[in-house]
Amino acid sequence: MTERKLRSPDHRARPRSAVTLIAGLVLVLVGVACSGAGGGGGGGATTITLGSVDNPSMTDLKKLVPDFESAHSGIKVNIVTLPEDQIRQQVTQDVATQSGRFDLFTIGTYEVPLWANKKWLENLDPYIAKDSAYDPGDLIPGIKTALTYKGNLYAVPFYGESSMLMYRKDLLAAKGITMPDHPTWDQVAAAARAVNSPNVNGICLRGLPGWGEQLAPLDTVVNTYGGRWFDMNWNAQLNSQQWKDALTFYVKLLKDAGEPGAGSAGFTECLNAYNNGKVAMWYDATVAASFFTGDAAKNSGYAFAPTKVKDWSGWLWAWTLAMGSASKKKDAAWTFMDWATSKDYAKLVGTKLGWARVAPGTRTSTYSIPEYKAASAGFAQVTLDSISHADVTHATVDSVPYVGIQYVDIDEFQQLGDQVSQEFAKVIAGNQTVDQALQKAQALATDVGKKYQH
Amino acid sequence: MAILRSVVGSGGARGSAASVSRRESWARRLPLLPAFIYAFVLTQIPFALTVYYSFFSWNLLKPGSFRFAGLENYAGLVTDEHVRTAVWNTVLLTVSVITISVVLGMAVAMLLNSEVFGKGIMRTLMIAPFLIMPTAGALIWKHTLLNPLYGLLPYLLKPFGLGRVDWVGQFPMVTVVTVEVWRWTPFMMLIILAGLQSQNPEVLEAARVDGANALQSFRRITLPLVRPFIELGALLGSLFVVQTYDSIYMLTYGGPGEDTTNVPFLLYLVAFQGYSIGQASAIGVVAVIITIIVATFALRTLFTIFQVEARR
Repeated sequence: MTERKLRSPDHRARPRSAVTLIAGLVLVLVGVACSGAGGGGGGGATTITLGSVDNPSMTDLKKLVPDFESAHSGIKVNIVTLPEDQIRQQVTQDVATQSGRFDLFTIGTYEVPLWANKKWLENLDPYIAKDSAYDPGDLIPGIKTALTYKGNLYAVPFYGESSMLMYRKDLLAAKGITMPDHPTWDQVAAAARAVNSPNVNGICLRGLPGWGEQLAPLDTVVNTYGGRWFDMNWNAQLNSQQWKDALTFYVKLLKDAGEPGAGSAGFTECLNAYNNGKVAMWYDATVAASFFTGDAAKNSGYAFAPTKVKDWSGWLWAWTLAMGSASKKKDAAWTFMDWATSKDYAKLVGTKLGWARVAPGTRTSTYSIPEYKAASAGFAQVTLDSISHADVTHATVDSVPYVGIQYVDIDEFQQLGDQVSQEFAKVIAGNQTVDQALQKAQALATDVGKKYQH
Repeated sequence: MAILRSVVGSGGARGSAASVSRRESWARRLPLLPAFIYAFVLTQIPFALTVYYSFFSWNLLKPGSFRFAGLENYAGLVTDEHVRTAVWNTVLLTVSVITISVVLGMAVAMLLNSEVFGKGIMRTLMIAPFLIMPTAGALIWKHTLLNPLYGLLPYLLKPFGLGRVDWVGQFPMVTVVTVEVWRWTPFMMLIILAGLQSQNPEVLEAARVDGANALQSFRRITLPLVRPFIELGALLGSLFVVQTYDSIYMLTYGGPGEDTTNVPFLLYLVAFQGYSIGQASAIGVVAVIITIIVATFALRTLFTIFQVEARR
């Protein structure tokens, strides 16, 4: 203690203020702990509620809702926008309890067949039949297959994607490399290692845990290496040589020529790295190309998803609009779905917000609009061809009892995929070996497989 | 939390309750009743429902799976490897965060209690981490400070060859503990500072005259005086650190592997990735019981301080 002045008598009052302070802190903490989220609702003529994921295409839809409302005066549209994992939880709880809070919601190709099977979704075929202009035959084949359950459409696509390889032509050319349109993973790995330098890494691949993040590209690698999650009798196959080869390849490529901190790099991080010229190649969703700026926009080349054994290894994902079977405003809800996924909607987005903003991957006719073709010159054809060839029912070399390319279309996969990808993230971080991770993953998958064996 | 409130309420009234008549005591309680009912409805009914669901096997994704399961869910907790990992992680996280933040909080409080230049500004700055939203704080740590591509720390450490270290991925628990310590040190500092300021400087002065050095007077005089404050800070802190969720969700999502999955985060995963309502409820009930035990100790310490203050 240094020398200090004697305090004046009024400091005697301090103890009480100390207690007040602590009591106040406790109250604040109790208040924070008890406060929760509240819900809201609205009344009116016919208000339909859409639970929506917060991707750019849906943000654009929100902007164009006034156009819809002025054309259909009896219908008001209330859009609840949330990030992907949260909207998934909210909508799942809503439909599972059949409470009918959402008339419409955005769900992915993963949910559509599962939820149709549980009768949580309204069959859309009778509604589509009523509108002669809708033309369901115009929907891109790969997407349409993924949204069909027992011959009927249960959701309509709003946005679709496959995966492709994006690369900086200038950086590869500097090393004398030209990328073929249909590269193999060995070619890609060789190119990545050749261009890798302290300032520019060879390739960006997702390592962020999550079945929709890291597992999406990794699963397509496993598929083309000949691996599968389950055999026809639901025996887990993660301890197979194919899985081991694929995971070893993925992890080693990341270690040798991947982005730093791969374990926490997802779509956003890779986009950032590619746009800033920190990586020369990137294997990810076809939509990524529409977010490129600067050098990335000028000098990028696009190739189909790299392969090993199986050709056409690109994934398939679509955000779709689906109607809850518990909705009480089905006709109004369909009117909105019809409008938002019609041929004319693409033109509306193009003229009002710009042609680069048109949601890709839903309708073949979109790809014949000259303005859209001009705005997406480099990647439109790769996107369309990849989606058309992506087949959720035949994604693996050996036959499997499930559908899905970069996921297994069963209820348990969300949790299984998340847990397994966490183990793989630990391998990427260097905290365990490929064998250890696959052994744990095999045990997790075996537990899930057992549920389907009788 | 309602338990906390009701204990505080009854504790204060106990002394005089015996001497007033029944009618009078009801007349006193009546205005409090709406608040009590409000708190009861909002906190105890969901809790009762959680207890109820914990005896059922119910997966939201499986229509028709709702069936009575007895103690199956609780039995599952004892044997489940994931639960054991989560409990261990919770203990590790809580103990290290509380220990480190008490030590740091004590040091900063001592500093702020002495006559240093710019004390007011320093105190305000020190409290800041506690006032920043946990989610925002965790995001700043993850992206602005620790991101290996564009983060500040890897940039500063580049000359030392540590520019490509993925802190969140390679040292997940260290990262979470660091962020939580950053958040809880101000809390400990405030409480300990309150204790230090109630110290009578004349006693220290006397000790100095008697020839005690700084270390001796700290150990023999200051430390015993602020001990109840440290205990209170540690217990209140553990109550909230046990429930850490925001920063784990934002920083590591419980990973890699299960390296940072604590009990609240496991509950989240079981409830919202697995949609197993019954199992998640059982975890919730056990977590509440553990928290109540810690809270009881915290409240007892709090009352000890109040009683000591009242006697003065």
